[in-house]
Amino acid sequence: MRPYSDKQNVQKKPYYSDRYFVAPQIPKEAVEGDAVFAQDLAVLQSKFEIKEAYIQRGQLVVYIDARDNVALLQTLKDECAYNILSEHSAIDWLAKSNEFELFYQLLSTSKRKRLRVKCFIHEKEVLQSVYGVYKSADWAEREMYDMFGIVISGHPYMKRLLMPDDWFGYPLLKTYPLHGDEAARWYEIDKIFGKEYRDIIGPEERDSARVDENDTYRFARLGHEVPFGAEPSREKTFHDYQEEGGVTIVKSLKKSESKIVKERP
Amino acid sequence: MAQHKINYLQEAGLPVALTTVDKLVQWGRSNSLWPLTYGLACCAIEMMATGASRYDFDRFGTIFRASPRQSDVLIIAGTLTKKHAPFMRRLYDQMPDPKWVISMGSCANTGGMFNTYATVQGADRIVPVDIYLPGCAPRPETLQYALMLLQKKIRSEKASRKLAPKRLV
Repeated sequence: MRPYSDKQNVQKKPYYSDRYFVAPQIPKEAVEGDAVFAQDLAVLQSKFEIKEAYIQRGQLVVYIDARDNVALLQTLKDECAYNILSEHSAIDWLAKSNEFELFYQLLSTSKRKRLRVKCFIHEKEVLQSVYGVYKSADWAEREMYDMFGIVISGHPYMKRLLMPDDWFGYPLLKTYPLHGDEAARWYEIDKIFGKEYRDIIGPEERDSARVDENDTYRFARLGHEVPFGAEPSREKTFHDYQEEGGVTIVKSLKKSESKIVKERP
Repeated sequence: MAQHKINYLQEAGLPVALTTVDKLVQWGRSNSLWPLTYGLACCAIEMMATGASRYDFDRFGTIFRASPRQSDVLIIAGTLTKKHAPFMRRLYDQMPDPKWVISMGSCANTGGMFNTYATVQGADRIVPVDIYLPGCAPRPETLQYALMLLQKKIRSEKASRKLAPKRLV
């Protein structure tokens, strides 16, 4: 059976999504299948509590306790030669289970392997910074704070990275509206002109599918321009940049008198 | 022999051109528009191309200036984010009058495809815009044509115009 997709009123919406779409899952493989990863996992299991481990797309995924994060990453760096933290961020599962899923994507240049450490934290839980282990965690943790409001303890400069310092709210939370909340919608107006200018400037036009019926009169067809309010015409209009008799001394180009040569003489 | 022969019958018998102060002043202004070297996103690449030798803005008397105090045109070339909006307004305020603004590209005109929380939905919410230039990104010819239209607009204005009541000032 073909997958069902609602095609009604598609034109009225700027986008539509299939309600019955189920994202395909990448198959998980056992860690024993890879000797290098099996050895890494054995090192971790000897020291820490590993909740779950599997291989996905040739990368080892390890679920740990969030409180072990600094010590575990230190072990991975020192003993297992994972020398680069290439990415670190969070996933918002607040609606499902009231927690964030954090991931640390590691790379070992000597082993040519990638490993992903994952853990869960609750909404208000404070996470320990891994800046002491990997320097690249500096901006990653700041961005995480900026986008999710996850507070990191022990970070040298815990400040917003992307959004302005006086921004309200955390934009990558799933509860944050795409078009911004009240503070975001008026941010630049409030900051530059003050709140009293909201009425003068007016709200943002957010509907990308909006059609203004007056546009038919405001805009003529390109190349067939007519005066404001006049009937559309089939006749071609002639564009001349230099107004007739408008500029002293400057001689205007007359297209009718100019000659176009096919080849350079 | 004079290289340029004066037709005394046509030019009222005098080697003189008659005009008005308005036209003379605006002719001077329109032919030395100095935009601010100020790019925000990919439109700025097209703006640079327009300034470079192939499209050659210099022949319009348009020379990019690195200071807002020396420039009279602000080309908003790219996506204006909400974080950046106060800075752009400050640059605009620092430019001496008379000054004009070209909004270049979809993002500066309406927010473009960035219909999100972080993008200003049209630079005209922040500064008054003279020319809206469509495209994503507009070709250098388009920017050139916009500049020519702006010149045309300036020439049709009065030199001593009172500062037009700008909505946002």
